[in-house]
Amino acid sequence: MQDTVLKTQSVSKYFYDPVKFRVLDDISIQVYKGEFLTLVGKSGSGKSTLLYCLSTMDTDYEGSIEILGKPITGSNIDTLAAIRNENIGFVFQFHYLLPEFTCLKNVMIPALKLGRHSREEIEHKAIEKLEMLGLGEQALKPASKLSGGQQQRVSIARALINDPAIIMCDEPTGNLDSKNSKIVFDIFRQLSSEYGQTIIAVTHDNDIAERSDRTITLEDGKIVA
Amino acid sequence: MKLNVNYSIALTHILSRKRQTITAALGVTIGMAIYLFMNSLSAGFTKYSRNEIFKSNAHIKIYQDDEMSKPLVTHKDALTVIINPQITNTSKKIINPEALLADVKKQPYITNAIAQVNFDAFYSRGSTQIKGTGSGVDIMDNSAMFNFGEYMVAGSLKALQDNKNGIIIGSGISDKLSLGIDDNITVSSSYGVVKVLKIVGIFSTGSDFNDSSKCYTNIVTAQQFLKEGPDFVSAIYANTPDPDVSQAYVDKLKNITQYTVEDWKTTNADVLAGDSVRGLMMGAISLSILLVAGFGIYNILNMTVSQKINDIAILKAIGFSGKDVIRIFVSEAFIMGLLGTFAGVCTGLLMVKIMSGIYVGPPIGYFPIYFELHIFAGSFLLGLGITICAGFFPARKASKVDPVSIFRR
Repeated sequence: MQDTVLKTQSVSKYFYDPVKFRVLDDISIQVYKGEFLTLVGKSGSGKSTLLYCLSTMDTDYEGSIEILGKPITGSNIDTLAAIRNENIGFVFQFHYLLPEFTCLKNVMIPALKLGRHSREEIEHKAIEKLEMLGLGEQALKPASKLSGGQQQRVSIARALINDPAIIMCDEPTGNLDSKNSKIVFDIFRQLSSEYGQTIIAVTHDNDIAERSDRTITLEDGKIVA
Repeated sequence: MKLNVNYSIALTHILSRKRQTITAALGVTIGMAIYLFMNSLSAGFTKYSRNEIFKSNAHIKIYQDDEMSKPLVTHKDALTVIINPQITNTSKKIINPEALLADVKKQPYITNAIAQVNFDAFYSRGSTQIKGTGSGVDIMDNSAMFNFGEYMVAGSLKALQDNKNGIIIGSGISDKLSLGIDDNITVSSSYGVVKVLKIVGIFSTGSDFNDSSKCYTNIVTAQQFLKEGPDFVSAIYANTPDPDVSQAYVDKLKNITQYTVEDWKTTNADVLAGDSVRGLMMGAISLSILLVAGFGIYNILNMTVSQKINDIAILKAIGFSGKDVIRIFVSEAFIMGLLGTFAGVCTGLLMVKIMSGIYVGPPIGYFPIYFELHIFAGSFLLGLGITICAGFFPARKASKVDPVSIFRR
């Protein structure tokens, strides 16, 4: 029996602008520990919307979501921010690093926010993560001076810094060339199989979807496969 | 030093946009400096006009006001007698002034009290005549109260005390009648008493009105001018530790005497009204300049929030709450404000220092502007307060950023 890290129970969501439109329809899924899960579907199928509901950033939905066995639906936004800080790492399509900070500082910020370890420990850990992703040399460069592929890897290091239960990715390779895409994908693959890291990724890259552990396909807000 | 992560983010933002930070801080600096300068100036003017007032006014004056005669009828059923109300002729006299003066002096809140006998005087030499007023005083007490000694330009106070027929006149009278020390002057009063007195001193206060009309004599001489006995006093003047709360002392003094007790604020209401209008105007103008500086900070932070909307979204995604975001941007405003107000206080200090060294000429002397700690401390807090408020609104806007809507764009 596998451990469940995330569970949804008949999650539905509507968009109201310009007309009321059901973007998610009764989604019930379970995500297990160490699983590399991909969400696929055509543009407008609701896959990103589902990811943002799971991420706790979007709170406007029906149904309920549990993370690590705790219901998060209806919690206040500050509590949700703390949950994200501790349990969820994010990787976005556009790198979204803070440009004024060094790569190292970018990686350290979520851990500094969490405040569980001393600054020295955090710094040590951040360098470890950057080295693991082959960025040891770039640690002290400003984030804006790195290439797109490198920035994406820095953001993966940042997502990993607090050892979160889940990493959520929205089109993590969408903005990268095929070489960098492959590097990023291999990192995810490695994280999941070697470190037991749970990954939920929205993608439209079929290669990635095929090589993940499980793929959920959405169409018009419903799970079709 | 270990910085909280919010403040270290704020500091990085500030340092990576030095030019914007300096522009915002400079606005506050200029606003602050002008605010300080104008308030110090206003306070200086007020102080100057206070000093002018206290040259010839005590904090509290006790005198017998004119009394109107009253109808004789007291009973409502009695026949009403219509009379013509008139000022009673015993009016200006304070009964038993020695005892009253001693009583007043005994009060713990009175620092100094003197008696004065005032009369209308006409100074003449040959056919030239000047109208003015004279005061019969104990010249040493009077000097202690009004700092009168400072204004003596010739002769001495002591000489008046020694010479019962001595007189101290204003420099204006001395010039117009071309009389100097040890000359004799003919003084007559409105009661027809004419005396020839010896000039033992000349004073110059800087106020043309005083200098060309006032004279001081011994009390006895003044009583003779009024054809009154040695127990006549026209007013008792008293000083208190704090002239600003003189009204409270007036209320206390009213309990020990039936005469009219008036504080200097009532006597000089017109001057004080002028002072407060000037203070208000300067305050309003300088405050609005400071507010404009506040808007400068507001603008720059608002722009920053718009530019950094992606960064704010990412901070929120990785677990920063709305409060954290507010702290980040308010600290940015605070740092700008602190730099600005600090530089502003220094500039203001310099301006006050320079201005206070400028000689305007008599009767003002040096420019009446002083360093006053409470103005500087108050302005510093006000400057910081305004910048923090200016930072709060953009910060609140930033805290309301919805990360999902940013990521999905």
